[in-house]
Amino acid sequence: MSKQNKPQAAARPAREPFLYVTRRDQIPLGRAILIRVIAILLALIVCSVVTRVLTGDDPLSIYATIFHGAFGTGRMLVTLHDIAILLCISLAVTPAFRMRFWNTGAEGQVLIGCLSTAVCMLVLGGKVPDGLLILIMAVSAILSGVIWGVIPAFFKAHWNTNETLFTLMMNYVAIQLVEYFLKVADKTGSNVVGPDLLTHGWFPEIFGVKYLLNILIVAIVCIAMHIYLRYSKHGYEIAVVGESENTAHYIGIDVKKVIIRTMALSGAICGLAGLLLVGGSSHSIDSNLVDGRGFTAIMVSWLAKFDPFTMILTTLLLVFLARGADEVTSKFGLNSDFSEILTGIILFFIIGCEFFINYQVHFNHHKKEKAAPAAVSGEGN
Amino acid sequence: MEIIVSVIQRAILQGTPLLFGATGEILTEKSGNLNLGIPGIMYIGAISGVVGGFFYQNSAARVQPVPAILIPLLCCLAGSLLTSLLYCFLTVTLKANQNVTGLAITTFGVGVGNFFGGSLIKIVKSDVPYLALVKIAKAYKTTLPFAKDMGPIGQLFFSYGFLVYLAVILAVAVSLFLSRSRAGLYLRAVGENPATADAAGINVTRYKYLATCIGGMIAGLGGLFYIMDYSNGIWSNNGFGDRGWLAIAIVIFATWKPTMAILGSYLFGALYILFNYLNVPMRLLPLIQMLPYLVTIIVLVAVSIRKKRENQPPASLGLSYFREER
Repeated sequence: MSKQNKPQAAARPAREPFLYVTRRDQIPLGRAILIRVIAILLALIVCSVVTRVLTGDDPLSIYATIFHGAFGTGRMLVTLHDIAILLCISLAVTPAFRMRFWNTGAEGQVLIGCLSTAVCMLVLGGKVPDGLLILIMAVSAILSGVIWGVIPAFFKAHWNTNETLFTLMMNYVAIQLVEYFLKVADKTGSNVVGPDLLTHGWFPEIFGVKYLLNILIVAIVCIAMHIYLRYSKHGYEIAVVGESENTAHYIGIDVKKVIIRTMALSGAICGLAGLLLVGGSSHSIDSNLVDGRGFTAIMVSWLAKFDPFTMILTTLLLVFLARGADEVTSKFGLNSDFSEILTGIILFFIIGCEFFINYQVHFNHHKKEKAAPAAVSGEGN
Repeated sequence: MEIIVSVIQRAILQGTPLLFGATGEILTEKSGNLNLGIPGIMYIGAISGVVGGFFYQNSAARVQPVPAILIPLLCCLAGSLLTSLLYCFLTVTLKANQNVTGLAITTFGVGVGNFFGGSLIKIVKSDVPYLALVKIAKAYKTTLPFAKDMGPIGQLFFSYGFLVYLAVILAVAVSLFLSRSRAGLYLRAVGENPATADAAGINVTRYKYLATCIGGMIAGLGGLFYIMDYSNGIWSNNGFGDRGWLAIAIVIFATWKPTMAILGSYLFGALYILFNYLNVPMRLLPLIQMLPYLVTIIVLVAVSIRKKRENQPPASLGLSYFREER
């Protein structure tokens, strides 16, 4: 039995392990970027191998297809809009993550924002002027996002209720609420309430360009979030609570207040994303409208180390792949879920490469100097 | 009487995939790994079984019951094992964030399931119109021969395929393992405080790997059951739905006790099919389907407010362990 000889195993220090791992204090920025770039390149190679096995196309032409899918004529704007929405949700979850509040409920918070926007459009559409209607939509979407975010935060702050699981469950409450709305609002049973019912409260086109207003709003949110996190007192408090709640108590930060306030902000921006989705682009609602972006946003934010500007790059990468994979699948008549496989592969590589940024692998040969090259080369595993 | 029997019967069928998922997740979480990849792993388990069964059904002249059961079963276990290994490698060996890794696994797993489910026929250039493993499903649904002759009791207790019983047996076995065996005690120690467990000479990495991989394999069986038994071997994209998340909800509902998960799964299964028997208008259906999640939230809140020690999540749940950081 293995458990019987455990004490012996512990009392056997003579045999040194083959390698050991230490935490890095600080890694030069250039090397960190190099490791990430290598990881992404490896991931892209694996993606092209997988694509080749499944479609038989040659790798270069696959990337041409992907590139065409993302940036081909007439697609640029849609790709930009996809980036803006995903970025908006990623920005929303970021302040909560910086204080180590694992909000897995962005999906629900966005969806509930979509729902209140759609309700306003359906009920008030045509009865009030469009400008006022958009204002009401905005207020109600943001407010409902706040409510959806604050409920778990309240319980987390007061009773330390597990927020990951709580927010996760709130997603499905929101989804079922939307389903209920669809059944009530749409008598035909099509499970979509579309532009034919939501006729008013559409965002205006600026300079005649579709989606431009959405993109601009998200750009403003991105800059504001950067300033809020980096230069405001609130941002500092969030960082301290994230580092150590005890420290925060000690220097007189009201931790409960910070948790609830930050989640209110998270929820508000999620609600805003819902507003942009329904009022600014789709003009329709169904229970799959957010389409997993609430979860993807978590990964985007984490991959960017919670930095708003880096997030632009990570969203760009993921959206580029998703749009490209859609093109590949439609070209070969395959199922559209292919993009999720590619996204998964990329994520695994980036998640894995963080290890080589945060830790250093030492091999127990004779020399014990820096084994950084070994760490980089070990990355393909 | 007949209605009650049929409600219970269908609740058990609905609850079984949830029970597999919940049992697997409880075992995993007891090691301190919050595996949010379980929904993805269940999809991968299902599609692995389907792929295995598809090739067997297309190549064999006559479908024999024993290989018809074994081939998909082994494929399912292999698929979910590989996915769990990936999760372990990233979170335990490379110490990555568990939430992010889990969600990535779910994205990937659901994608793999739906992609191969929708495109398998096209990829292998087969001439069958759609993915239907009816013959294999028949083997999975074989019941005890005397079930039909025993009236309501036979229907209630003996009218299921073997996976339903396996789910209950596994739940009880995991429960006994956790509470009665030395290895189970060590596993719980790892989940509560890996540093202390490590100091006591327990191999933290091995326990985390084993618990997560075996847990993932158990969860994968839930996907297999859903396809082969519940939906008669017919794959439909997203047919499995949000059952994976529901399984995670049951873990909370059952306060990390597998025997409670049996009850929870069947209860949630009953909530799933309740609307068929209530005379409510269709539009209220979503509100009824919301109930399992609301109940879970209430349990989660109640457990955290009451702070009873035996009902708490494992203390190190969601945290990676790095020995040097003590």
